[in-house]
Amino acid sequence: MDYDKKNIDIAWCPGCGDFMTLKALKEALTELDISPNNLVMVSGIGQSSKTPHYLNCNFFNGLHGRPLPPATAIRVCNPELKVIAIGGDGDIYGEGGNHFIHAIRRNPNITVIVNNNMVYGLTKGQASPTSQKDYKTHVQTHGAINEPFNPLSIAIAQDASFVARAFCGDTEQTKEIFKKAITHKGFALTDVFQPCVTFNKVNTYPWFKQNTYYLEDSYLPNNRIKAFERSIEAEKLPLGIFYINSNKTTFEETEANSEKSKLHVFERRQKRKEKLENTIQNLK
Amino acid sequence: MLKNNDISIVILGEAGQGIETVTDIIIKVLKTTEYNVFSCKEYMSRIRGGSNSSTIRVSSTEVSSYIDKIDFLIMLSPNLTEHLEKRINEETFILYDETFKNLSLNKFKKHSLPLTSKAQEIGGKIFSNIIAAGVIFGIFEIEISFIEEFIKKSFSDKSPDIIQKNIQAVKTGIEIGKNFTNNNGLSVNIKKDELVKEKILTTGNEAVALGCIAGGCDFIASYPMSPSTEVLTYLSQKSDEFNIIVEQSEDEIAAINMGLGAWFAGSRAMISTSGGGFALMTEGVSLCGMVESPMVIHLAQRPGPATGLPTRTEQADLNLALYSGHGEFPRIILAPGTPEDAFYLAQNTFNLADKFQVPVFLLTDQYMLESSSLCSAFNLNQTENKDSIIKTDNDYKRYKLTDDGISPRGIPNYGEGLVKLDSDEHDEEGHITEDLDLRVKMVDKRLKKLESMKKEVYKPELFGDENYKTLLIGWGSTYSAIKEALKVINNSDVAFLYFKQVYPLPENILMYLEKAKNTICIENNATGQFASLIRQETGFNIHHKILKYNGLPFSVEELTNKINALI
Repeated sequence: MDYDKKNIDIAWCPGCGDFMTLKALKEALTELDISPNNLVMVSGIGQSSKTPHYLNCNFFNGLHGRPLPPATAIRVCNPELKVIAIGGDGDIYGEGGNHFIHAIRRNPNITVIVNNNMVYGLTKGQASPTSQKDYKTHVQTHGAINEPFNPLSIAIAQDASFVARAFCGDTEQTKEIFKKAITHKGFALTDVFQPCVTFNKVNTYPWFKQNTYYLEDSYLPNNRIKAFERSIEAEKLPLGIFYINSNKTTFEETEANSEKSKLHVFERRQKRKEKLENTIQNLK
Repeated sequence: MLKNNDISIVILGEAGQGIETVTDIIIKVLKTTEYNVFSCKEYMSRIRGGSNSSTIRVSSTEVSSYIDKIDFLIMLSPNLTEHLEKRINEETFILYDETFKNLSLNKFKKHSLPLTSKAQEIGGKIFSNIIAAGVIFGIFEIEISFIEEFIKKSFSDKSPDIIQKNIQAVKTGIEIGKNFTNNNGLSVNIKKDELVKEKILTTGNEAVALGCIAGGCDFIASYPMSPSTEVLTYLSQKSDEFNIIVEQSEDEIAAINMGLGAWFAGSRAMISTSGGGFALMTEGVSLCGMVESPMVIHLAQRPGPATGLPTRTEQADLNLALYSGHGEFPRIILAPGTPEDAFYLAQNTFNLADKFQVPVFLLTDQYMLESSSLCSAFNLNQTENKDSIIKTDNDYKRYKLTDDGISPRGIPNYGEGLVKLDSDEHDEEGHITEDLDLRVKMVDKRLKKLESMKKEVYKPELFGDENYKTLLIGWGSTYSAIKEALKVINNSDVAFLYFKQVYPLPENILMYLEKAKNTICIENNATGQFASLIRQETGFNIHHKILKYNGLPFSVEELTNKINALI
């Protein structure tokens, strides 16, 4: 599959973690043999939200904070499509926080990738929901005072069906996690640690290397309590797949939607004239 | 004998007393027995208690507007609101439950009825409302056989015992009603009308929802908010029958973004909302404008600002619909005034949205949605639905520059091409651009669609003599009251111009306006938003405005008086 685009002007800073995440994603899609025609990338606004422009696919690059509602709708309206939502920590955890929580509850079969660099890049360096305490910016002049948002523990608390964390500096492992997330049936979150080389001088490549480790091979991601415990570890931050619950029904499969979702998007609105005529006649 | 050809019955009760059910039973039974009927309601924003009322009109000819006059006031509760008390006159028969002590209203004709005691004999106070319905049937001398069938049907999910008790309650009510008319030497001489048989009895809500189904709606995402919720409810109840995907979203922002995703995937999506909820959607409306997505927005108006009067009516969100969303892009705003228009316009919103790839608004209000009227059965062959989706080829460009500004719309995985949509300014393919010459081309392309949209407007309809001196102007739900007032005024110098499309306006409306010596714009709002829009679009200054913004619709009587004072 050819996901590469030629002669494009990429808006990311040289050395940006977004490049590595894009590389891992393209490799994962290629290895999974997903056709660009069948793929819809959905994003909001932010540097990472430009990702869909840099690979060959259908995309819906909508509003800041809003990728998850359209991604959910696209998937339920046409379950033949592979839907991947991508955005940053400000986009999905900040502006779109409410949608994040409720998308988990709905459990649509979509993949959600959050390029988490703990800072606002496109608006030039303010704190993000995941910025660490005391992180100083030109707005948070005395340092960030709010408790950082913990997307993994929130997702696990809400019994999200797939919860993982990757570090873009390790493209190979990130690709492997993406492959599992994309093939997982249900809402699959991968929070991707990424340095912002321009604005975040604290959480750099060496910082992430020093402060992360992979969950041990013996760790089984099937226990929600254990997964929660691992997700709140703070001294060193674990990477890998924290939690999988494969027994959940997806939004498309729920009783209310299953038969409708199986029909092709064009078929759903056909052949209703006779029934509608009856409904109208019943008002007599 | 009541010599009137037009009787109005008001049922008053607390929230939770089931006056809605009673009203429904009365109008449906009267319809079945070939009477012309109409009903509307006004109520408080509470679940229990308070004071709510519904007005039922029964007439020898078709009627479909609210009137002040009350012939029979049935009081299931002693709590009379001031706005209802004002409508009582010396001709009104006030029928109240005998348990209400200290009821004032001494200068009026009061008659106590044993509603509660008879209800308790049957099995509980709960049956007093069905007895009240029976009283009306007694006054109209309706045969019990008609009603029995109806009760069995409408309570089909209840136990045989409950059904039997309800039938007994109706019978008891009929006896009370008959005694009442005999004792007072009353008889009703409203003529039955065989044309009623072929008509349908529908609420505005049903008309809108059925129109949406007829228009191919197969996706709705919404957040509940009065008075927009019923359309969501109706479509949800019909969702299995018509394969409609229904989602109650976490907020209105999610609702419109889901709707846009659904259109992108190939669905015909809508959202149903009201002022405050719609305010949250305006960013999504702007996205719709930029990405040139079709979208159908049912905006059910209620009085604002903010929470306002949640359960009452107003036409004050025209400007909100007109100016919602940052930036400049075209849109269509339709405002039906009758159930027929509600149906056909709702159906066509999907075709217009699909064809022009713009947001299309259906602007309704509480009064219009929650009134029940008779009308001709909706004709499914009147409007042909047309899907504008194309099968894409390899070099497909979603925003291809075309002569009329409309680019053929593809959807993902239908054809060889890729479909790319971006909220940034974009090139023909759909990628972000900062080519400022291209930016100008894209703005022009989007705005150019307005020209084609203007060619397909719903023209205003003129009622009355063409050689009018005074022209009344109305839009949306004021239609019936203005039309009936025009009939009462009965003056060939006065005509009425009804707009069911408020934006874009048809180009020839100056022709109507300049012909008049006097123009009066009638609106259920405080500032005359449509009059301002007419001035903005045509330069024409409307001479007079009749405005109402206390949360109630115009009554025929008040309109008649106000119009007469201005001609």
